[in-house]
Amino acid sequence: MRFILRRLGFYLIAFWASITLNFLLPRFMPGDPVSRMFARTQGKMQPEQIDALRKLLGVDDRPIWEQYIDYLHNIVTGNMGISISRFPAPVTEVISSQIGWTLLLGGTALVIAAVVGNLLGILAAWRRGGAIDSALPPVLVFIGSFPYFWLAMGALYLFGVVLGWFPIRHAFTDGLEPGFTWEFIGDVGAHLVLPALTIVLVSIGGWMLGMRNTMIATNSEDYITMAEAKGLRPGRIMLRYAARNAMLPSVTSFGMGLGFVVGGALLTEVVFAYPGVGYQLLNAVQGLDYPLMQGLFLTITAAVLLANFLVDILYVRLDPRVRSN
Amino acid sequence: MTTAILKQPTEPTAARKPNRSFVHGLITNKKALLGMTVMLVFIALALLAPVLFPGDPSRITAMASLEPSPEHWLGTTAKGQDVLALTVHGSRSSLFVGLTVGFASTFVGILVGLASAYFGKFIDEALSLVTNVFLLLPGLPLLVILAAFLPPGLGTVILVLVVTGWAGSARVLRSQALSIRSKDFVAAAVVSGERAGRIMFREILPNMASIVMGTLLACVIYGIGAQAGLEFLGLGDVSTVSWGNNLFWAGNEGALLTGSWWVFVPSGVCIALVAFALALINYAVDEVTNPRLRKIKTPKITERSAAK
Repeated sequence: MRFILRRLGFYLIAFWASITLNFLLPRFMPGDPVSRMFARTQGKMQPEQIDALRKLLGVDDRPIWEQYIDYLHNIVTGNMGISISRFPAPVTEVISSQIGWTLLLGGTALVIAAVVGNLLGILAAWRRGGAIDSALPPVLVFIGSFPYFWLAMGALYLFGVVLGWFPIRHAFTDGLEPGFTWEFIGDVGAHLVLPALTIVLVSIGGWMLGMRNTMIATNSEDYITMAEAKGLRPGRIMLRYAARNAMLPSVTSFGMGLGFVVGGALLTEVVFAYPGVGYQLLNAVQGLDYPLMQGLFLTITAAVLLANFLVDILYVRLDPRVRSN
Repeated sequence: MTTAILKQPTEPTAARKPNRSFVHGLITNKKALLGMTVMLVFIALALLAPVLFPGDPSRITAMASLEPSPEHWLGTTAKGQDVLALTVHGSRSSLFVGLTVGFASTFVGILVGLASAYFGKFIDEALSLVTNVFLLLPGLPLLVILAAFLPPGLGTVILVLVVTGWAGSARVLRSQALSIRSKDFVAAAVVSGERAGRIMFREILPNMASIVMGTLLACVIYGIGAQAGLEFLGLGDVSTVSWGNNLFWAGNEGALLTGSWWVFVPSGVCIALVAFALALINYAVDEVTNPRLRKIKTPKITERSAAK
């Protein structure tokens, strides 16, 4: 319980740090974001819009601590301001309409990569020097060396443009009515293949090598020799004795992996024009939509922190050493 | 400044024998040899770029979107620039930023890691907290936000990449330094009244040379990849010629949809080759220093390494 509370405190501090970063960035940057934005929209902004913006980005004349308390209050009550590029939709509304797509894309890719990668790692460590152990790691490391977005471009070109097997942009065909129909789900699935595939390809190597190296260390433990001496079946030793104990670092990486997936998904989403938070974040940056930008960053951070906290709770369940400490 | 500190491990103060066998192991390791060869080729290309392709690589020299031909080995872009010249010149900015970011973030990591491990207590708590917060904040969105607010330019790119990249190395180096901190020779140095700086950099640091090298390589890989990503999003310095910017323009000019594969393939392959070469060297360092990962079947090791 103490461990959980400690972690919770840590995540709260991390979240507070990102809020503060968000607060400070526009206030200490050279130039005035509001006038930049005003120039860009060529005076099409409403006076109350400008006023709200000034408050949010700190170009009003109140003392900074007063602004800060105001800002914290707004964030805690879920008021992230009004989007500029999608006026008059509130930032929270824009984000909630898009976060689902990122979770779908990132979640699918992360689960597939983690499951397949860990299984390959287990097999590679179990048969040291075998076919999987000697052939796969170099290939996967090489594929993993390519930038996320470049593989995505390659896949888009090869499977989307040249072969035409999969759709190349958006999350579903334009004009299709969203709903729980087979047609819609199939369409979403087809749009998901290429983006998810590229993320899986790039990240699978890390999972496999991490698992392999931990498992090699576990394999030299005495209790494995003991299990062998008892005459247990190799499959049982591999999965129930060695892999089970080697899993712990992978569980931690799963939490960390979520952060990377949101990051990787950003580039992949941009290449495939996939309507997730990453794609929206870039649009917000290009459209100088500061409120939306900040809201998206906080949402992504909060999601990552929450996921890590859940993994920590799971960890307590899995590793008795943490509980007794 | 960074190089001076990183080179220290090879000085005579460090234990000689393990170092020589480390270098020997690295030279005889196939992975390391392959990796170093590829890296040397790219460094040579980057240095010779002005000789091989004199003049501004982004000037328009031919018809638009030509396929690869004897005249233009890698074809031309939609604007009519020579892709090979752009790719070779691109290596300069990409390698420069990658190496700078790598050295700078490793340097910050060393400072934070050593200070954490040596001073302990409150300083360790505080530094570890900051490190962990930075590790947890999602990297790429943070990069995008920072780049959006800071004025565009090469300096911004480097600064932003170091800000988001140092935490990983700090954590690894701290845990290694912590295990060395508890060794007797460090206690002896403390008792004999050596200054904190000397103990950190002359006693502890040389003994973690291999892990510093691994961290440095990982940081360079991160720097090159993240710079390319940032530039691909159009958030870098668009006026420089680099692999990431080449890809940005390729995407912007619709090279994918018009089928000009020769425009976006070379820069991506270069990034991958450099990252792969560095990763190979990194694995080789791991293999040479961690007996468990070596190919030869070694007798079972009973003593746990203190690092774990």
